[in-house]
Amino acid sequence: MSEQAPKFKVTIDNITIEVPAGTTILNAARMIGGDVTPPAMCYYSKLKESGGKCRTCLVEVSKGSEKDPRPMPKLVASCRTTVMDGMEVKNITSDKVLDARKGIVEFLLMNHPLDCPVCDQAGECDLQDLSYEHGSEGTRYEFDRRKFEKEDIGPYIQLHMTRCILCYRCVFTADQLTGKREHGVLERGDHSEISTLLGKSLDNEFIGNVIDVCPVGALTDKTFRFKNRVWFTKPVDAHRDCPTCSGKVRLWMRGDEVFRVTARKDQWGEVEEWICNDCRFHKKEVKDWVIEGPSHVRRSSVIAQGHYEHTQKPHVLIDKVIGKQPVLKMDIHSISDVNKPEIDLSKIEGPAHSTDFEGNKLLGNG
Amino acid sequence: MGVKLLLEHAHVEGIRYYDTYRKNGGYRSVEKALKMTPDEIVEEVKKSGLRGRGGAGFPTGMKWSFLAKPEGVPRHLVCNADESEPGTFKDRYLMEFIPHLLVEGLIVSSFALGSNATYIYIRGEYAWIAEILEQAIAEARNNGWLGKNILGTGFDCEIYVHRGAGAYICGEETALIESLEGKRGNPRIKPPFPAIQGVWMRPTVVNNVETLAAVVPIINMGGEEYAKIGVGKSTGTKLLSACGNINKPGIYEIDMTISVEEFIFSDEYCGGIAKGKRLKACIPGGSSVPILPANLLLKTAKGETRMMSYEGLAEGGFATGTMMGSGGFEVLDEDQCVVRHTMTLARFYNHESCGQCSPCREGTGWMYKILKNIEYGKGKMSDIDLLWDIQRKIEGNTICPLGDAAAWPVAAAIRHFRDEFEWHILNPEESQKRNYGMAHYADPIHVPTVA
Repeated sequence: MSEQAPKFKVTIDNITIEVPAGTTILNAARMIGGDVTPPAMCYYSKLKESGGKCRTCLVEVSKGSEKDPRPMPKLVASCRTTVMDGMEVKNITSDKVLDARKGIVEFLLMNHPLDCPVCDQAGECDLQDLSYEHGSEGTRYEFDRRKFEKEDIGPYIQLHMTRCILCYRCVFTADQLTGKREHGVLERGDHSEISTLLGKSLDNEFIGNVIDVCPVGALTDKTFRFKNRVWFTKPVDAHRDCPTCSGKVRLWMRGDEVFRVTARKDQWGEVEEWICNDCRFHKKEVKDWVIEGPSHVRRSSVIAQGHYEHTQKPHVLIDKVIGKQPVLKMDIHSISDVNKPEIDLSKIEGPAHSTDFEGNKLLGNG
Repeated sequence: MGVKLLLEHAHVEGIRYYDTYRKNGGYRSVEKALKMTPDEIVEEVKKSGLRGRGGAGFPTGMKWSFLAKPEGVPRHLVCNADESEPGTFKDRYLMEFIPHLLVEGLIVSSFALGSNATYIYIRGEYAWIAEILEQAIAEARNNGWLGKNILGTGFDCEIYVHRGAGAYICGEETALIESLEGKRGNPRIKPPFPAIQGVWMRPTVVNNVETLAAVVPIINMGGEEYAKIGVGKSTGTKLLSACGNINKPGIYEIDMTISVEEFIFSDEYCGGIAKGKRLKACIPGGSSVPILPANLLLKTAKGETRMMSYEGLAEGGFATGTMMGSGGFEVLDEDQCVVRHTMTLARFYNHESCGQCSPCREGTGWMYKILKNIEYGKGKMSDIDLLWDIQRKIEGNTICPLGDAAAWPVAAAIRHFRDEFEWHILNPEESQKRNYGMAHYADPIHVPTVA
């Protein structure tokens, strides 16, 4: 069957790829990878009906298809638009897209408290990455930001609605993983909020996954809250024989101490396999787990700055997008002593330490 | 006197009730239509050139022909009676005083589209009208126009009235469908369009009340005859709900051949500006369409007389034109403040945004707050450019047209009335005591002699 499925040719930012019919533009771009991939704050490939809401993945379709080459009149949400044969899409090569995306980032950050210094998500926050890559340095918003009361939804999950960007991922997760629908959006417009029916707690044994799907720090793990910063902990893949779930998890350790257990995430920050509350909240001893080794870490995560063994290098495509090799305007090493090329950070085990840079004149070690 | 098709018998005593309605030629179109084939009816509607009366003006016949017809899957017709646009109240009049006209149109359209269960989604605030419609439906059923085997043709049809809970967003067709299904009224992401997957994932056509009512005269007189009324692609008659500073606010049926000037100033229609004041500006198609100053309203940028038709009002694009929209004709006289007016609209869209997609959720509130500052004398000069930039980033980037509807009025107000915004900012104290007035808004349009 799969061999008979028609293949569509789609060109995204001058890079052509063949994808099966029915693939969305975003997924086609993910197949290419790198900078060509639009950011997605609400789309989650594991969740049905997700996407289309945050509008950060807007792209320009400059040619509809081979049959109907008219461009689409508006920017389209790439996560919900399927490719057509011969479609041409502009993402980072379109000024319109970059301008619109800058606006979206400003809208998303407008009512966000920006309390990253005290937020547990800091360091693995999609909104931080998005604003760093696509936002402007300041905001033009001069009014009071929206505030909500913190809410406990169940004994393990804290809902901090003020930080929420209303991506609806947790709503779909609660809806699709668990049998009962008791978690959703109340009110509307800029005062809409995620909540449970009459503030009821969520007690389903898979409900902990809403923490993992949350792109910001709106849903946090109460067993980990304020215990540590994520970049001080080391992600390690581990498994156990769990009667409810696959038991394949990621432990966030410091020394021999397990600070946090989460599901394993793929390179797009999406959960690979859902895990149960028991694994997530109760198994916080090393002896509970069989350790497999250090995890593959997303490049965009600050944890990647620690350069663990399996750190993935970014996938650079700029030469294909612009059709030629970029010219090196300046070699940073010719004017700066920082980051000496002879010190290979990826060879250092664990986070780099000042002793690793001995001999570096800047540090005054002579 | 213009042609009257929808409101022909509006003033007949007791037209709300079946007996009077039938005596005045009611339900003739059902008798005629049920002898035709559904495709012939769709063809008639196509020939008539009827355009959707809800605001977008999409050709109805074409919309009907897009309806998917998979074997064994029921299809539905949904009547959009969630008329919530500020300034628009034409459907209310139709449903309240001539409910049988809508019921008749619904039966014919249901037959054409093969809908055995047809819904009227009516806004919650029209509570008493829902009862009027239910009564009309019951009367129609008692007289054999609804139910099983209508007129012995084997066609079954039921009409259900569904009350909304009072959300503007539920007038958007996919939000309406969600709400009809009992869910939160969030617009769906298109595609798939309702014609493929609508109510309960079944092919669905959603039409405005006036559109469906207009099917009755189309069937009675034939599509070609109907197309002869009006001008160009603006065929047939259009209901306008005129309000604001005019002598005779109310519902008017026009045949789209008159000029805007005639509509405002003739005694047959609005009867001129109230209290002998001067015309400053007008929103001709419900609150979402761009506002126009008097000079551009009466004449196009080319110096021609602006006509009351889809094309006439749209002449000049958004730069110097506007839209027919849903027909909510709001007139502002010289004493009205455009800044305040724009702020009121921004507050409305902020309140009614569903909160699903970020540009609209955050942007509408931001625009309202800035406009509030300007209106109350706390604005800055940079706010005007900021407003322009915000509306530009909302427009076209949202899931549904509510984002556009929120952006257009602000954009048009700044485009045509920027001096009034600046005056508000430069005179924070004076602007609290008096209005800017007319300035040059009624001056003749400068037409360059050399292109």
